[in-house]
Amino acid sequence: MQEVKAMMAGNVWKIVVAVGDTVEEDQDIVILESMKMEIPIAAEESGTVKEIKVAEGDFVNEGDVIAIIEA
Amino acid sequence: MPLKKNEPQIIRVINEEGGFIMSYIEELQKRIAHIEKGGHEKYHQKNEEKGKLFVRKRLELLFDEGIDIEDAFFANCMDDSLPSDGVVTGIGKINGQDVCVMANDSTVKAGSWGKRTVEKILRIQETAMTLELPMLYLVDSAGARITDQIEMFPGRRGAGRIFHNQIKLSGRVPQICLLFGPSAAGGAYIPAFCDIVVMVDGNASMYLGSPRMAEKVIGEKVTLEEMGGARMHCSVSGVGDVLVKTEPDAIDYARKYLSYFPKNFREKPQPMEPKDVMKFEKSIEEIIPENQNAPFNMYDFINRIIDADTFCEIKKKFAPELITGLSRMNGKPVGIIANQPKMKGGVLFPDSADKAAKFIQLCDAFNIPLLFLMDVPGFMIGTKVERAGIIRHGAKMLAAMSEATVPKISVIVRKAYGAGLYAMAGPAFEPDCCLALPTAQIAVMGPEAAVNAVYANKIAELPEEDRAAFIKEKQDEYRDDIDIYRLASEMVIDAIIEPNKLREELIQRYRIYDAKNVVFTERKHGVYPV
Repeated sequence: MQEVKAMMAGNVWKIVVAVGDTVEEDQDIVILESMKMEIPIAAEESGTVKEIKVAEGDFVNEGDVIAIIEA
Repeated sequence: MPLKKNEPQIIRVINEEGGFIMSYIEELQKRIAHIEKGGHEKYHQKNEEKGKLFVRKRLELLFDEGIDIEDAFFANCMDDSLPSDGVVTGIGKINGQDVCVMANDSTVKAGSWGKRTVEKILRIQETAMTLELPMLYLVDSAGARITDQIEMFPGRRGAGRIFHNQIKLSGRVPQICLLFGPSAAGGAYIPAFCDIVVMVDGNASMYLGSPRMAEKVIGEKVTLEEMGGARMHCSVSGVGDVLVKTEPDAIDYARKYLSYFPKNFREKPQPMEPKDVMKFEKSIEEIIPENQNAPFNMYDFINRIIDADTFCEIKKKFAPELITGLSRMNGKPVGIIANQPKMKGGVLFPDSADKAAKFIQLCDAFNIPLLFLMDVPGFMIGTKVERAGIIRHGAKMLAAMSEATVPKISVIVRKAYGAGLYAMAGPAFEPDCCLALPTAQIAVMGPEAAVNAVYANKIAELPEEDRAAFIKEKQDEYRDDIDIYRLASEMVIDAIIEPNKLREELIQRYRIYDAKNVVFTERKHGVYPV
């Protein structure tokens, strides 16, 4: 099980996968908007998206869990 | 009459009747053979199981043709169990250049430091100081030999002096640490004072107190890997710089790294045969997105301006939002500091600022010209970074960048907002030139943030349906105001360069700026923001 975490504080701009999707290593899971920049947050390992813990528009802090991926 | 007192156990020179059974030459050869073998066979085996090479094998791989001279080979030779007192010190060649080395032998009392071990390390450092040669530390040591502490710990020639010598050598000659095993307690400061620390994944570690000590003294239960492992240090603490899989990889890295450096601060690095740039399908223009807020991969940009296969990255896994590495352009070394928009938007954080500060000092100390590639939205804001002291960390980067007197070129690739412009060698910090690509945008902040900041109240007062049009109008006005040609007209930037001509422009400029010879200012030393 892999926790995908926010690498910096920001707003969740777009969620680009859905629960149940198969994702590859380095595939974007969500895109944050922070410091006026698009910040893609990618999976570190491939697997299946088990849970998405944020909604678009949410504020997340650095280190917050965004999604859970099962190998 | 040789050797009646303190006679070593393994070598008997005289038989019971008092007659010689071995010639002097034989005795010497036998002693040499014994010492060269290092510690007991079982420790060799243990090391082999962990993928660790014997110290003499490491040195064989490190040098062009083995160690040329070795001193105090016989240190502690009256004790058979402590060959060379657990450390090899001497001089050999790397890329044809003499370098000094100290290398722990972990088959001898786990590479621990006795009185003579410390004295040997001090002497080779002092040789490096006298000859002004690079100093390499091949570390694999359990730390102080407690039984010898009075002789090796507190005094004038005690272990503290090793660090004192390192600090004195810093910036005079390159100092490299290859970490093959533990570097424990006080010993952990050897890597800390080196220019660069290469760590072997799984075997190398650094810590002040072992996990066992942490449990006993503060009650924390933690593994060695979590607390002081190579991966942790190279990605989280930043005490390590380069993570490698095997010992030969570490040695290869050190040999490559050293090729970018002169032997000491008095000289310039040697050029190599110029190489062409790597060939790619997409040109520079095609890899830079028009939307300033969209990420792209700065490595793709770097590879399009440097000589092929010359990028020697430092701290790849630590603070990846800023890339630092050595490279060559037209065969000549250039140190690159580049924002990476693909990671954290290329925003500067406390760790990225520290990473930049050390790298800039490294290049400046050894006359390696600097190149700043800017695509930076600024320094991070918010509670977390303010509490982490982002202002003082950022100040370190500004101070190091500002003080650097080597040829210094900044290139605005895309955005250069706020203090990001300053930290990345903006015009006020005496770069030899500040170049811009046509995609460049310089401002206190980006158009979105600026319009928000200036017109927040006005926007709120407007009817909902009029807001978008108003915001767009103001943003366009703002963009016109910070237009790159306007900045060129005001001579804020020195030139606007076509992206595909950037490499040639840089090569020309570095060739010309090579004549630069300036002193930053006169004083004892600055009071650094640490």
